[in-house]
Amino acid sequence: MLDKSKKRSQSADVWRRLRKSKAAIAGLILIAIFILVALFAPLLADYNEQAIKINVKERFQPPSQDHLFGTDEFGRDIFARIVYGTRISLFVGVISVSIALSIGGFLGAIAGYYGGRLDNAIMRVLDVLLAIPTILLAITIVAALGASIVNLMIAVGISNIPGFARVVRASVLSVKDQEFIEAAKAIGAKDHTIILKHVLPNSMAPIIVFSTLKVATAIMATSSLSFIGLGIKPPTPEWGGMLAGGRNYIRDHMYIVMYPGMAIVLAVLSLNLIGDGLRDALDPKLK
Amino acid sequence: MYKYIFRRIAMMIPVMIGVTFLVFFIINLTPGDAASMILGDGATEESIRALREEMGLNDPVIVQYGRYMTNLLKGDLGTSYSTGKTVVGEIGQRFPNTFKLTISAIIISIIISIPIGIISATKQYSIFDSVGMIFALVGVSMPSFWTGLILIIAFSLNFRWFPSGGMDGLKSLVLPAFTLAIASTASITRTTRSSMLEVVRQDYINTAKAKGVSKNIVIRKHALKNALIPAITVIGLEFGILLGGAVLTETVFSWPGIGRLMVESIQRKDTPMVLGCIIVFALSFSIVNLIIDILYAYIDPRIRANYR
Repeated sequence: MLDKSKKRSQSADVWRRLRKSKAAIAGLILIAIFILVALFAPLLADYNEQAIKINVKERFQPPSQDHLFGTDEFGRDIFARIVYGTRISLFVGVISVSIALSIGGFLGAIAGYYGGRLDNAIMRVLDVLLAIPTILLAITIVAALGASIVNLMIAVGISNIPGFARVVRASVLSVKDQEFIEAAKAIGAKDHTIILKHVLPNSMAPIIVFSTLKVATAIMATSSLSFIGLGIKPPTPEWGGMLAGGRNYIRDHMYIVMYPGMAIVLAVLSLNLIGDGLRDALDPKLK
Repeated sequence: MYKYIFRRIAMMIPVMIGVTFLVFFIINLTPGDAASMILGDGATEESIRALREEMGLNDPVIVQYGRYMTNLLKGDLGTSYSTGKTVVGEIGQRFPNTFKLTISAIIISIIISIPIGIISATKQYSIFDSVGMIFALVGVSMPSFWTGLILIIAFSLNFRWFPSGGMDGLKSLVLPAFTLAIASTASITRTTRSSMLEVVRQDYINTAKAKGVSKNIVIRKHALKNALIPAITVIGLEFGILLGGAVLTETVFSWPGIGRLMVESIQRKDTPMVLGCIIVFALSFSIVNLIIDILYAYIDPRIRANYR
């Protein structure tokens, strides 16, 4: 009972502190808008008619009432394409971070908890992955597997594994020698119960912050890969891919690259704001 | 100190072997047959088989890897499938361009970010601090390929101050270098500010102030040196991001570096070239981190003391 009430007050505490940060609230509102846009995309635009269908007569229309953000080099509505691109960005961002979190988290947790040789072996393998800059590793994997949405998620996911393993390992290390873990061991709890029920819940704070920030980088990585032709293939609307298509026309039609780019900036910014806010809220020492 | 440097270099070798191993296997997953690709569409079954045999493509992957490594130690990374030139030659020709670009970017970031970070921290909650931090946050959120396009629209198409692409003198370096520098400037600023804030709250800073040292000297002599340690770490990490960003920036500005070479080679399925580029990228990243670690030991006596 006591434990429960304490837990509740802790998350209420975090929320209270988070609410005080204007930046974090702005981030939450922004990301809520993106999520709503992704969920209700069909209400905002017609996928086949506006986002995909080539319409030569409507090419290069500047922003107007009919086409809020103008039309691209194929006469497709840029607003509609950004709306549907939101689905892809958020989806790939969240799934690839989930892949990285589950694999990296598992490796980090057992490395941190058991220590010794296992820890050493895991960390040395991860050192190899860390020696290749994240985005380059993702590029290599997509280049080998071929460009598709699934391979993109795998590539961005794998390239983020070492980061997650390190963060989870560090936070496991910081709690594993505390008394309540010793108590759990003393009453004969199994290792996996201790890790899942006692260690991880108590080392969540840095993991949550890191995950939020990493969804932002994953969204950036997705659009980067699409920009160089290794991500989502056209005509599927993806923000980075839209920039790749539009970059040849910036001389006369700069709106083609303006709006998709702003979508990327706002999505990434909102998650960074939330991540920063959460970090301050979860770690009151740093106030 | 030498002992430390030696140990640090010794640690790098297995990691680099691991990198070549990993990348070699990933690239080997690429579907398609190298021999039929080199010979083109008109090749006979017979000649493809002969070339496969000659290139050793029928050997197990591990044997192929062994051969690749033996050649690598001799300084041979194979020949390009598409141009027939040696990989080492091509990369050697392009590497200085990427080096020029990333070094300029990191210098720009350091010059801008460290002073802003320090001033923001010493004047916490001032207008300067808030504006600086908003710019830093937006800066880390901007994808470099978009920033590059925006800078081209503004400074190349509109004002015609700088060329929009290619490599032709110092003027053509300005836009790509700034594009690449923006994200790292933002994150180095943030790190400098927060580590400075942490340091100025330490007791020894209070002691220094209490004994009447002027504010300027406290910051310059007591706080800065300690605050720079995390900033240096982040500069090392940023270098990895810069190398990745170079791939995008070079694509946007048609800059003839190894980033663009890699993207072109991927599109042409030129496996030896892709492999060579990644290995060079990983090696440069490791060398930068080595330099950072040595610098670290130089600045921080606590690290040096461990290796006496």
